[in-house]
Amino acid sequence: MRYLRAPAVFALALGLVASACGGGPTTTPTTSPGATGAVVSSEPFVMLSTQLNTVTESEAFRAQILSGFTAAKVEFRGETAGPFVDRIVAESRAGKGTVGVIGGLHGDFGAIDLNLFEDLTPLATKLKDRGFPAEFMELGKLGTTRQIYIPWMQATYILGVNKQALQYLPSGASVDNMTYQQLTQWCKNISDQTGRKRCGLPAGPMSLLHRLIQGYMYPAYTGGLVSTYKSAEAATLWRDLKDLWQYTNPQSLQIDFMQESMLSGEVWVGFDHVARLVKAFEGKPNDFVAAPAPKGPKGLYYMSVLAGLGIPKSTPNKTGAEAFIDYMTTTAVQGKTLSTVAFFPVLTQALPADVPAHLKAIADGVQKQAKHADAKVALLPIGLGAKGGEFNKVQLDTFQRIVIRNEDIQRVLNEQATILQAVMNDTKAPCWRPDPPSTGACQVK
Amino acid sequence: MAVRAGRALPFPARIARSEAALPLGLLAPTIVFLTLLILIPVAQAILLSFQAVPGTLGFEAYRRMVTDVAFADSLRNTLLLLILVVPVQLVLALAMALLIHSRFPGHGVFLYIFALPLAISDLAAGIVWLSIFADTGYLNSALNGLGLTTDPINFLSYENLHLLLGTVIVAESWRATAIVLVILLAGLQLIPREYFEAADLFGASRFKRTMLIVLPMLRPSLQSALIIRTIFAFQTFAVVLALAGRQLPVLSYQAYDWYYNNRNEFIAAAFAALILLMTMTVVFFYLRLLRVKDAEIQR
Repeated sequence: MRYLRAPAVFALALGLVASACGGGPTTTPTTSPGATGAVVSSEPFVMLSTQLNTVTESEAFRAQILSGFTAAKVEFRGETAGPFVDRIVAESRAGKGTVGVIGGLHGDFGAIDLNLFEDLTPLATKLKDRGFPAEFMELGKLGTTRQIYIPWMQATYILGVNKQALQYLPSGASVDNMTYQQLTQWCKNISDQTGRKRCGLPAGPMSLLHRLIQGYMYPAYTGGLVSTYKSAEAATLWRDLKDLWQYTNPQSLQIDFMQESMLSGEVWVGFDHVARLVKAFEGKPNDFVAAPAPKGPKGLYYMSVLAGLGIPKSTPNKTGAEAFIDYMTTTAVQGKTLSTVAFFPVLTQALPADVPAHLKAIADGVQKQAKHADAKVALLPIGLGAKGGEFNKVQLDTFQRIVIRNEDIQRVLNEQATILQAVMNDTKAPCWRPDPPSTGACQVK
Repeated sequence: MAVRAGRALPFPARIARSEAALPLGLLAPTIVFLTLLILIPVAQAILLSFQAVPGTLGFEAYRRMVTDVAFADSLRNTLLLLILVVPVQLVLALAMALLIHSRFPGHGVFLYIFALPLAISDLAAGIVWLSIFADTGYLNSALNGLGLTTDPINFLSYENLHLLLGTVIVAESWRATAIVLVILLAGLQLIPREYFEAADLFGASRFKRTMLIVLPMLRPSLQSALIIRTIFAFQTFAVVLALAGRQLPVLSYQAYDWYYNNRNEFIAAAFAALILLMTMTVVFFYLRLLRVKDAEIQR
């Protein structure tokens, strides 16, 4: 018996590690008339999404929103960008798919061969009177004549501010109309007077730091991103960011979601995606206010994040998928999406009346940002395809080298600009807003 | 059994042939398995690492790998973890195995406690230790509660890399010592009791028994344990990711990052090939250094 014990423990441990794999319940497909009048198949399908892929978001989405769609059984699967692309491509190559609908950001669609998607122009025509902004529908074509996705929901990035921080605002500065230098001064005041660094930047491994650099700071300082990557204005930006970093909580390098650090009180002033701030507002609605991002010499640039719904050609249930997109873009479900997962509607109508107070507070900040006198929109990178990750890495590496490792600013910018240009040449992506339009690949000047 | 094959003995000859085929037959499933699931993918990955420029074979992926901002750091951190974690684990596991092998009352309970981390996934282990070392974690709360600190100690900051590395070593040691323990314990149990009886007869002390019987007889197990642990050390990933994020890059994280976040399978394959090369080099040295001669096995 003694001789058997060690292997037995090992086997027990392995048994515990191994997880059981089981098949899901199967349903017999039937057909029934759907909302749009066409006959909708009830063949079950998977909704694969790069959005709402955290456990809490996924669960809320399944319980509150998926449950209202009854025409077919839809299984929601959240994925990160890599496996997301792999699965769609693999199913398409296999010629047999389980993914019926795809939910992703504008850039996620751009990372996949657009020929793998159904043309949704007929569906777009059918949904015309929903009130999608024309700009969003145009983005949904990704530069083709085909409607690749239907707009689903949108978001942006703002500042979340603990009310305790307001007393340390530099004189003459307003939280709703602040420059990046004033933000640094504010963070310095907080650090000097409370003894703790309480400003936060999301810079963890799964954070969205690159968006702050791409859509906010670069445009606000240089009026561009790619074309101005190594300009003198860009050098000023990095000097200012380095200044700000001195008064930033060093834990920032592990912060992926600002809300947790804001709730625990480690961070008082934090910049992040609204969906990554919302829990702070929800948990302590009286403690926080939402403010627009700061502005730079070229204005207040902000990034509008658009997510869409598309149908892969390998879908097991095309009519069901169309009925599902129809359902997701109704006013009622759009309102519910806001209150459940804090993504804003893509329809032009007013917010529903029953939106919870913490979301109204965030919506206030978002609106102040959009309506700011100097506000201008920057877009997520377009046309980079699978190179989107390498593009982000250029900004993240620049941040790492200049801000964390204290390397010489202009030398780093010159070197990283070469890598950036290689990415642009590989993809032949033309410039997008706010860079001036280009013929051929966008060029670093 | 020696069978002389000859024309006059067709039947025993057939037996001899089938006996010669038996080992091959028994090995066949393993060979097929290794070929399909290990050899072919490894060959494909290595090929991929030379194909960064479409249509040509070249070292572009390797050039970009070594010029990557985090390359030098990740190489250094991986080697540091290897050098620091593996000896700690080996000593701990040997002590734990000897403790259990001494069969003091209640030793079985210790075996189950020691082996528990085997049942926990890497990432879960990383998150458990994160909850201990975080600013608002258990350790800081305890230090604060005992009145030893007023402000939390920032264990996990890039500003104090030694502390950060220390937390990773503690977490890694906790997580993966059990596998070494299980191998060593199995090895201990295989040592024939006669040796110990003979040692008792000659009045050998406990220390002498350990040095002259246990350690030499344990060499094959030590070799297996070292090889397995070293391979794991090169693959350390989830614990580092949970505790240190991007602040403490290691090679396997770079491979992951290039594949999933940067969507460049060529550079990811180059990192994987580098890990493979380093693992094979170290394993080769273990096999040479701890070589078990046939004579020793038969002794």
